[in-house]
Amino acid sequence: MTIVVGYVPTPEGEAALTRAISEARKSNNTLLVINSSKGDALVDNRYAQEPEIQSIEVRLATQGIDHVIKQPVRGHDAAAEVLDAAEEHDAELIVIGLRRRTPVGKLIMGSTAQRILLEASCPVLAVKAGMAG
Amino acid sequence: MDVFSSLMDGFATALTPMNFLYAVIGVVLGTAVGVLPGIGPAMSIALLLPVTYALEPTSAFIMFAGIYYGGMYGGSTTSILLNTPGESSSVVTAIEGNKMAKAGRAAQALATAAIGSFVAGTIGTALLAVCAPIVVTFAVSLGSPSYFAIMVLALLAVTAVLGSSRLRGFASLGLGLAIGLVGLDSVTGQARLTFGQPLLADGLDIVVVAVAIFAVGEALWVAAHLRRTPLNIIPVGQPWMGKQDWKRSWKPWLRGTAFGFPFGALPAGGAEIPTFLSYVTEKRLSKHPEEFGKGAIEGVAGPEAANNAAAAGTLTPMLALGLPTNATAAVMLAAFTSYGIQPGPQLFESQGPLVWALIASLFIGNFLLLVINLPLAPLWARLLQLPRPYLYAGILFFATLGAYSVNLQAFDLVILLVLGALGFMMRRFGLPVLPLILGVILGPRIEGQLRKTLKLSAGDPSGLFSEPIAVVIYIIVAIILVWPLLLKLWRRNRPVTSFLPANASRGSEPTDVTRGSVSHGSHRADGPADGDVGRDGDGDGDG
Repeated sequence: MTIVVGYVPTPEGEAALTRAISEARKSNNTLLVINSSKGDALVDNRYAQEPEIQSIEVRLATQGIDHVIKQPVRGHDAAAEVLDAAEEHDAELIVIGLRRRTPVGKLIMGSTAQRILLEASCPVLAVKAGMAG
Repeated sequence: MDVFSSLMDGFATALTPMNFLYAVIGVVLGTAVGVLPGIGPAMSIALLLPVTYALEPTSAFIMFAGIYYGGMYGGSTTSILLNTPGESSSVVTAIEGNKMAKAGRAAQALATAAIGSFVAGTIGTALLAVCAPIVVTFAVSLGSPSYFAIMVLALLAVTAVLGSSRLRGFASLGLGLAIGLVGLDSVTGQARLTFGQPLLADGLDIVVVAVAIFAVGEALWVAAHLRRTPLNIIPVGQPWMGKQDWKRSWKPWLRGTAFGFPFGALPAGGAEIPTFLSYVTEKRLSKHPEEFGKGAIEGVAGPEAANNAAAAGTLTPMLALGLPTNATAAVMLAAFTSYGIQPGPQLFESQGPLVWALIASLFIGNFLLLVINLPLAPLWARLLQLPRPYLYAGILFFATLGAYSVNLQAFDLVILLVLGALGFMMRRFGLPVLPLILGVILGPRIEGQLRKTLKLSAGDPSGLFSEPIAVVIYIIVAIILVWPLLLKLWRRNRPVTSFLPANASRGSEPTDVTRGSVSHGSHRADGPADGDVGRDGDGDGDG
């Protein structure tokens, strides 16, 4: 079985990753790290660059966790990528980071977290920044 | 006429509230398009041209000048923070600038780029104000044969000297000249390349051609390469410089200006060659050569000054002779014509107030750019997070609107799409855009001078050589054309002959190498991150 974590290089994403690592270690599952971008802008600060990915790689390897890191750039939004991955690997759990958004912001930009929560076919664990535990 | 008093009159015109407002709009827009790779000042001016028909020409040109200078400033921000040159003239800046940013010195790199651009732009504009009238007094003595020769030189030099492949350059030039031929012959009234289509008899409107090649071509190209791995922008605070940075920057600024202005003013100058020369010089003269390649501030200061000085230099032949040497100047020249203003040496006489207001607005624009770029550079960089579909949808909307509003004919939209497809194919096959645009704009003018010359000599081709200046220029043209062949021959023969003068040939080799890489890096301007990033949609940095 697999645990899917939606990772972004922000405190929320960091919290989600930390929590996902401890979940994976507890249940001895494979950890699938998804960090995606639509790829339609030149700059996307939510897409992790090589050094960051490498440090995650090292972190996971030293903790002895069976892991896969994927960075799809296919023009789909982050929610779709995470849900796709969960579907494909028959995930046991999805871990995501949550951040506070204003109602207007949600109306305009939509909410990745909300889509994942509503559409996932497995349990979703939502973590806020600084409470990875 | 006294340069100083005319310039002061120009300031008076340019500082009226309305004109000042247009200058502000121009520099803000220019910085924005400069920051975004693939969108350049030439494209923006072409897009805005139909919108500005209702304006006073002076206001319109003040805005265009702001866009032109703004583009030069904006390009450096992207180069430094993203390692993706926004304009091809900022390619060299990226070498050291991005290294500085990665070493946590982005603030200093941005500051030296902005202040250096300001210094070079101001000196360059002052040189423009002094030189242009001198060039004019010389130019009025020239006859048609000399003009014809100078234009031939400009076309060939831009095509042959810049760009990675001469064949592609000439193919592009040929396309441009052919597009320029469409319509009725100005002397005999014969229809040329109209294919029996009466709507083509007036020729193709230059606005439609420029918008199609720049905007539609680029939009199609981006649409075909939409998905790409996004980059992260290096976070940066307020740009500032320490005492040490000032000390290391001011000499490169001045040297960069000295390289940039003359190269910009030459008919084949462009901004890449002086930026590259400036980089090489700074590397050689630096007291900290070990820092080059790791983020030396001199490597940012010099080239950035050079490209802004070149921008000012480019305006010298444009205003004094009516001879554009880069895409932006070419589109501005087309703008003159569409306002019914005849470009050429008479311009200073007939449109004195406009020209001096334009030059004064360059000083003002430079100052404004320093003010909006120094504190706001990080903000500008956020433009890069804009999803490109939105951006190009807007551009296509303006392109269509502009093309239609020129003549209010639906047929122009067909031409827009056809030429847009051509622009896409040119990008696909690596044809530089600049020779085409110059061909379209200079083609009819060069033809006019040729016809005049031949009429004066009653059809005798020897009339082309009737002026000494023309002969000298043809010799230069011949050298430019034959030079690479000679170089090739010399290289082929060298292994045989170089046993004895091995030292001599080694001594001259570096110059070849630098020449080669200048023209290589220039036109394609491939960003280090990906093939098409730096592909400057409008070949602007060529000057």
